[in-house]
Amino acid sequence: MTSEKPSARFKADNLNFYYGTFKALKNISLEVKRNKVTALIGPSGCGKSTFLRCFNRMNDLIPHTRVEGNILFDGNDLYGPTVDPVEIRSRIGMVFQKPNPFPKSIFDNVAFGLKINGYKGDHKEAVERSLRRAALWNEVKDRLNKSAYALSGGQQQRLCIARALAVEPEVILMDEPASALDPIATLAIEELIRDLVRDVTILIVTHNMQQAARVSDETAFLMVGEDRAGYLVEHGDTGQIFTNPRDEKTEAYITGRFS
Amino acid sequence: MGKGAYVVFILTFIAGIFGLVTLLAQVLIQGWDWLTPGLIFNYPSRFPSQAGLRSALMGTVWVMSITAGFSIPIGIGAAIYLEEYAPKNWLTRLIEVNISNLAGVPSIIYGLLGLALFVQWLALGRSVLAGALTMTLLILPIIILASREAIRAVPRTYREAAYALGATHWQVDKSVTLPAAFPGILTGIILGMSRAIGESAPMIAISALVYLTFVPSSPMDRFTVLPIQIFNWISRPQEDFRSLAAAGIVVLLVILLSMNGIAIYLRNRFQKRSHD
Amino acid sequence: MPRLDFDRSLRILQDELLALGSMVEKAVINSVDSLKRRDLELSRQVVQQDDVIDKMRYEIEEKCIDLIAKQQPFAQDLRTVIATLHIAVELERMGDYAEGIAKISLLMGDQAPLKPLIDIPRMADKATKMLRRALDALVNRDVVAAKVVCNDDDEVDALYDQVYRELLTFMIQDPKTIQRATYLLWVAHDLERTADRATNIAERVIYLVTGKLVELNVGKG
Repeated sequence: MTSEKPSARFKADNLNFYYGTFKALKNISLEVKRNKVTALIGPSGCGKSTFLRCFNRMNDLIPHTRVEGNILFDGNDLYGPTVDPVEIRSRIGMVFQKPNPFPKSIFDNVAFGLKINGYKGDHKEAVERSLRRAALWNEVKDRLNKSAYALSGGQQQRLCIARALAVEPEVILMDEPASALDPIATLAIEELIRDLVRDVTILIVTHNMQQAARVSDETAFLMVGEDRAGYLVEHGDTGQIFTNPRDEKTEAYITGRFS
Repeated sequence: MGKGAYVVFILTFIAGIFGLVTLLAQVLIQGWDWLTPGLIFNYPSRFPSQAGLRSALMGTVWVMSITAGFSIPIGIGAAIYLEEYAPKNWLTRLIEVNISNLAGVPSIIYGLLGLALFVQWLALGRSVLAGALTMTLLILPIIILASREAIRAVPRTYREAAYALGATHWQVDKSVTLPAAFPGILTGIILGMSRAIGESAPMIAISALVYLTFVPSSPMDRFTVLPIQIFNWISRPQEDFRSLAAAGIVVLLVILLSMNGIAIYLRNRFQKRSHD
Repeated sequence: MPRLDFDRSLRILQDELLALGSMVEKAVINSVDSLKRRDLELSRQVVQQDDVIDKMRYEIEEKCIDLIAKQQPFAQDLRTVIATLHIAVELERMGDYAEGIAKISLLMGDQAPLKPLIDIPRMADKATKMLRRALDALVNRDVVAAKVVCNDDDEVDALYDQVYRELLTFMIQDPKTIQRATYLLWVAHDLERTADRATNIAERVIYLVTGKLVELNVGKG
């Protein structure tokens, strides 16, 4: 299949991130490839979630934050002056650590994105499509108007994924999407991720190394330096990172000899 | 919990309930005979047997309706602005503190303020409108405070999820924050309205009249309210008027309890939809 | 403290592998020795000992699988366990060669050897030294030392060619010697394979350290 689309969906270039005067991310340069799952791993506090949120400008919602360097999305600067963060977020979706469905019905949850973005098509069709993509349709098709809270944790998270899928994003950012779920629900989510990545680029933060090894095509390892800023240690093919990493810090972390 | 502490708590509970129950019982007993249709439909009279709450009831309805009409939108709007859109600087902090203080100001001060501002300066006279505006000022802090708390209590995760789908600030507020805060806001409104119904001091200051034999037909008419009428009856020497007053109190309590009941019912319905 | 238990398991695993290596080394030496000195009792012992060697290899193999399942090792831990697995197999095969040589010794029985054995014991000596070097390289995680093992393999191959030609000459000159010569040829062949296996072990050591699988004795028959 030939494609003129560049293989890199995102290109972070010397990204620095500040909370006020505190530098949380330092000089991160990284390519996130199209239609691949890229995992971000690293010890807690290294800034993985902060970094993730730079990709859909969710950090803009926190006062006094600042970005230096840039992130290119399909070649365009994500933080450029003409870019509308609200519009970006309908193209770059997000799934959070704890499932957070709205206190509404299952249908209204999935249709929410359609409503606020003024989707002109058939909402019922779009909702069904998203629920099917999220492997949830068969479990909820008879109770679409029941509250989302009636679902189990794993189902709620898949509902959140369906909700994110409804606006047909090109990218989905996932912040430890399975960490609040039991092992079976976790595997279902991982299965789903492998399925979705055929149409969508996925960037996933996880603190579970086995999960990163199972689910991702590429892995980036971040660590926090002496100055408490997070930086990129190594990035590469997942198989290579987990069998023969280049950097000894990476080796120490993934073999669990990191203290 | 230690046995001793348990006993102390039980005793205090009984003491509190006891006082309340005694009060209620006394009022009921005293006013029982006077709970007649006449109480509702008659105008006040020199003769106890012909006296009723008609003008006071209608006055209360008029004042409460207009008060609600002003205080609810202004209160909720102010809360939304302060919580969601105002920049977080020293000025907003100052306003916040002062709103809390205003909730504790004695109601007679509001009465005097209303007198000066609405009755005289805006030349509204001793009208229903002036009374309603005064009550609005009185209960606005309550509604604002409760609404702000309710809005603040909406979990950040809901909002984040909405933003992450590409919602603007106002879309998040309209579709997620406000609906989720609604039970708390409703509580605030009911708290405010309950307070307003029972306030006599500011209403006396505004309306001055305690003896009225007509029903308001426009917001500019003069008026009286339930607490004033009850107060009037209590100050009469005849024993029967005391009993009438007790009956009036029962009516007031029934209205209050109904309002609270409706509010609790509404709140439960909305909470059930959200959190089952 | 991170993974103390796992580290201990890895150390024990290596110790067991080294113990197996030691057993195999002794078996090779003893088998050729018993052939040279016509010590049939020793030959019999070597044959019996092979059961112990086999058993140890399976134990090590099971331990490796167990560690993979329980500890989910990554990176060098993973390569260590996998390399250990492979080396145990190589060692067990070397043990089989020693057993084969001992069996041939028993087959030759009281028959006088064709000629005083010189090159064959030399092959055995070199092969066991290669094994020793490969295992030392494992313990010290020494890539350079592992590569040296390859060079020694060239010498063993040269010795094999020599023995082959010599025995061939014997067989051509006197057909009555064919049986004994063939036996000795087989012994030499087993020792040449033993040396190859030692090279394989060295390759696994390099893999363990660098993560790269290299073929060390390219172009050899």
